[in-house]
Amino acid sequence: MELVVFCILAAAIVVFSVLTVTTQRILRSATYLLFVLFATAGIYFELNYAFLGAVQLTVYAGGIIVLYVFSILLTSPDGDKLATKLPKSKFFAGLVAAVAGAVLCIFITLSHTFPVTHFTPGELGMKQIGFALLGTEKYQYMLPFEAISVLLLACIIGGIMIARKRG
Amino acid sequence: MFDFSVITGWVDRMLRSFLPEEATVLVEFVMIGVAILLGYAVIALVLIYTERRVCAFFQCRVGPNRVGPWGLTQSFADMIKMLTKELITINNVDRFLFNLAPFIVIIASVISFSCLPFAKGLELIDFNVGAFFVMAVSSMGIVGILLAGWSSNNKYSLIGAMRSGAQMISYELSIGMSILTIIVFTDTAQLSLIVANQADGWFIFKGHVPAFIAFMIYLIAGTAETNRGPFDLPEADSELTAGYHTEYSGMHFGFFYLAEYLNMFIVAGMATTLFLGGWMPLYIPGWDGFNRAMDFIPSLFWFLGKTGVLIFIMMWFKWTFPRLRIDQLLTLEWKYLLPINLVNMFVMVMVVVFEWHW
Repeated sequence: MELVVFCILAAAIVVFSVLTVTTQRILRSATYLLFVLFATAGIYFELNYAFLGAVQLTVYAGGIIVLYVFSILLTSPDGDKLATKLPKSKFFAGLVAAVAGAVLCIFITLSHTFPVTHFTPGELGMKQIGFALLGTEKYQYMLPFEAISVLLLACIIGGIMIARKRG
Repeated sequence: MFDFSVITGWVDRMLRSFLPEEATVLVEFVMIGVAILLGYAVIALVLIYTERRVCAFFQCRVGPNRVGPWGLTQSFADMIKMLTKELITINNVDRFLFNLAPFIVIIASVISFSCLPFAKGLELIDFNVGAFFVMAVSSMGIVGILLAGWSSNNKYSLIGAMRSGAQMISYELSIGMSILTIIVFTDTAQLSLIVANQADGWFIFKGHVPAFIAFMIYLIAGTAETNRGPFDLPEADSELTAGYHTEYSGMHFGFFYLAEYLNMFIVAGMATTLFLGGWMPLYIPGWDGFNRAMDFIPSLFWFLGKTGVLIFIMMWFKWTFPRLRIDQLLTLEWKYLLPINLVNMFVMVMVVVFEWHW
C-alpha cells in the first residue's frame, strides 16, 4: 500500500517537474510547479512527518506559488507570452549544468549508504520540533534560526527601500 | 455522552472480520470519502437556503417560499439545475487552467472541512499539528482563485482575483495569529486535544481577555478570509459583475459557490473548536443538575449548534455593514488588526508564563 502511494507520488513529481520546464506558458509552468510541491508534501505526510508537510503546503503552495502567480499577473499583462527560443550558447550551458547536476546527484545517491537506524517511525511531536528549533544545545538550531530571521529582516528593509525610491 | 467511535469501531471490526487488512483500509477510505462529500454537499445546501432566508428577513422580504414547505427544497432544486446546466467553453482562454481552478478551490475546502472535530469520536484528520494543517490547506484556495481570475481572460475577473488574493494573504496573518494565541494558551495544536482541554470551561471563558480579543479578531478576519460582505470586494456585484467566477457556468460555478459557503462553515467550525469548546457541552461549575442535563444533548448537536450561531453572526455582518473600499480593507488589517493581535499574543504569553489563569 505504502509503496503504491509512493510510486504514484514519485511519478507525479517526475512528470510535473518535466512539464514545468518544457511548457511554453509561464503561468502553466507555475501551476505544474505547484503540483510538484503538493506531491513532495505528500511524501512528507507518508513519512508521518505532518509538520514538515504542513510547512511545505503553507510556505510553498500557499506562499511562494501565490507570490509567483501574483508577480506574473502584475508584471506581464497577458501573462502567457510565449517563451522566446533559446540561443545556442545558453542551451549548451544549460545542458552542461543539467548533466553535471545529474552526475553529482547520482554519485551521492549511489555512494551514500542511507543508515536506517536513525529513523524512528511514528509522528514527531510538535513540542520536540519546537525545542529542537529554538534550543541552544548540540543538534539544536537557535543560531541558524536567528541568522535567517536577521536575513529576512534585511530583505524586508531592502524591499521597502527599493519600493520607496520614487517618493 | 455518546461516543461516535463506537459506531466507527463497529464498522471497522465488521469489515476486518471478512476482508483482508489492505482491502479493509481501502473500503474504509472510500466510505469516509463518500461520507465527507455527502456531508459537505448537504451542509452547503442547508447553508444556501439559510443564507437566502436570513438575507430576505433582514431586508423585510419573504425569500424562497414556493418549493416545498417554507421553500425548504429550493436549494435542492437549484442543485439539480446547476448539475444539468451546460459547461460553456470560452474562446481565447487557457482551457486547462480555466478548468483546473475550481477544483483547486474545492479540494482545499474539502480537506480543511475534514479536519474539523465534529463530535466525540468523530475526528477524521487529527495530526498533532492539526490547527497548523488547517491553515496550510485553506491557504491553497488562493491559488485557485488567482488562476480562475487570470484564465477567464476578462478584466473584471482579473481585478476580482487580484483583490481576493491581496485580501486573503493579508487576513491569513490575523487568522494565524489568533489561532497561535490559543495554541500558546492550550499547549497543543492537535484539534482533538484542544477540544479535550476545554472540558472544564471553554477557552473564551478560561482564557481571560486575550482569548476574547483573539475570538473577535478571528471572527473579523475569518469573514474577510471567506470573501463575504462587508469584505466582498473580490466579487462586488455592482462593480465587477461577479468577480473571479464571472465566466464560469454550470457545475464549475457551482464549485466556487459551494466552496464559498463551506469556507464560512469551516471558519465558524474552527472558531467553535478553538474558542467555544468544540463539541463540549456548556458546563457551569457547581450546577451539577444543569451539567448533567447538558450531557444528554448529543455532541454533534453541540458542535453544529455553536457553528450555526457563529454562521448567523457572519450573515448578520454581511447584511448589515456596507462594503469596504480596498484601501480601508488593507488599513484595517495592517494598521489595526495586526498590531492588536501581536500585543494580544504577548499578553497571552504573559498570562501563561505568570500563570494568571485558573
